[in-house]
Amino acid sequence: MNVTRGFTGRARVDNPGLPPGQYDAGDDWPVLSAEVTPELAPADWTFRLDGLVERPRTWDWEQAHALPGSAYEGDIHCVTSWSKFGMRFGGVSLDTFLEVVRPHESATHAVAYSHTGYTTNLPLADLTGGRAWIAWECDGRPLAPEHGGPARLLVPHLYFWKSAKWIAGLTLLDHDEPGFWEQNGYHARGNPWQEQRYSGD
Amino acid sequence: MTEQLTQRSTSTGFTPPTRFAVPGRIAVSNRAASVWQTATLTEIRRETPHAATFRFAVPDWEGHLPGQHLMLRLTAQDGYVAQRHYSIASAPDDPGHIELTLDHVEGGEVSGWFHTVAEPGDQVALRGPLSGFFAWPGDRPALLVGAGSGVVPLMSMVRHHRARGLAVPLRLLVSARSPEELIYAREFGAETRPLFTRRAPQGVPVGRMAAAHVAPLLDEQPPGGWEAYVCGSNAFAEHASRLLVEAGQPVDRIRIERFG
Ligand SMILES: Cc1cc2nc3c(=O)[nH]c(=O)nc-3n(C[C@H](O)[C@H](O)[C@H](O)COP(=O)(O)OP(=O)(O)OC[C@H]3O[C@@H](n4cnc5c(N)ncnc54)[C@H](O)[C@@H]3O)c2cc1C
Repeated sequence: MNVTRGFTGRARVDNPGLPPGQYDAGDDWPVLSAEVTPELAPADWTFRLDGLVERPRTWDWEQAHALPGSAYEGDIHCVTSWSKFGMRFGGVSLDTFLEVVRPHESATHAVAYSHTGYTTNLPLADLTGGRAWIAWECDGRPLAPEHGGPARLLVPHLYFWKSAKWIAGLTLLDHDEPGFWEQNGYHARGNPWQEQRYSGD
Repeated sequence: MTEQLTQRSTSTGFTPPTRFAVPGRIAVSNRAASVWQTATLTEIRRETPHAATFRFAVPDWEGHLPGQHLMLRLTAQDGYVAQRHYSIASAPDDPGHIELTLDHVEGGEVSGWFHTVAEPGDQVALRGPLSGFFAWPGDRPALLVGAGSGVVPLMSMVRHHRARGLAVPLRLLVSARSPEELIYAREFGAETRPLFTRRAPQGVPVGRMAAAHVAPLLDEQPPGGWEAYVCGSNAFAEHASRLLVEAGQPVDRIRIERFG
């Protein structure tokens, strides 16, 4: 450990909810997307599941909203070091969508892609079991465009670049295929508790 | 210098049916991204009342392309660490050295240490260069739009353009509160148009960036068009990128680096 001369840092908070190297951003919600925020109306939003599934399918806004709702209450962690506590997201569990399309046994990974063309890869195991959502509400309000509205993928147990904004679909694959940040040096999985920020961590 | 190595175009596997808005410009070195290196501060130069440039010796620096950033880490006696991203301000042709320019953020943990404690000889840890999508290898005409410390990665591009005597067109539109707050003011040349949002020199209007500033740049775009690079706070990035889209710049040729 190389101590930085004269650096004390702010008062330590004993916060077991804070993964290593992260800080609590409080009321701030930084935005870090690399592309122009799209003007995407709910009426133009669609969500598709395809690839290694039995019955590929596309939902529009109303069809997706007709599915049983599900909420996530908890924390989110961005690779740029901020975390936010006590967020409330509303939408539909990804399990509910997956039950409809029925993934093949051979499906092990997925690439999530946005209406902008942004991509990110995830193991299928991180998207099932009540750990991933398609979210369109945050703290009781429609999700703002700069935060991915009308709807984003939400996978809060991984760094937040995995939670693709303006989600357009997921393609299920039998192998891992790096997405946008993953091709730019970021970690394939991105578990904040293991500090998997960059490839090689 | 690994420029030859890193200038390979990024190989893409999965191609989404949606438009790929921001393909990476270069492939990045996974090794550079994962190894912490020790950087020794060699010089501090004041730029404005709130910003200063910090020059470091980093003996094993692999080299970078203009526009890339790095992650910097400070460690306290008890093991507590603070890490933040900073854009690289210097041009690539400076082996073993890099320069960062930091705004002094009110109450800022890391920028506060740099502005009130740091002296030449101090050592910090960093890893990088990171991220290939905002990199500019100097190949395509570049329209650079920044505000505040958002000018930092854009300045690396301007410096590279100059150092190499590149013929490819490059323009910089930069917004600052006042002439005193304009980072790198002495270094700008004919490629740059500064705008002032609070106070301007005599005869120069005050105001935020508007369509009238952006339109002339799109009118004079070179054959094949501009590659646009926008950098600054999220509020500025949203505003400037919207102006560019309204002026006719294709969305898939706008790259945005938001400082959060
Ligand atoms: C890709 C990228 C490139 C960047 N490049 C540059 C660059 O070239 N130059 C540059 O100057 N900046 C750059 N930044 C911003 C930089 O990373 C830091 O965010 C910035 O320096 C502030 O860090 P800090 O530690 O000084 O402030 P922080 O301590 O993070 O504080 C920021 C603000 O939040 C408040 N705050 C945050 N946490 C707490 C807390 N726990 N308690 C109380 N208050 C809190 C502070 O009071 C302050 O107002 C870049 C960011 C990104 C993402």
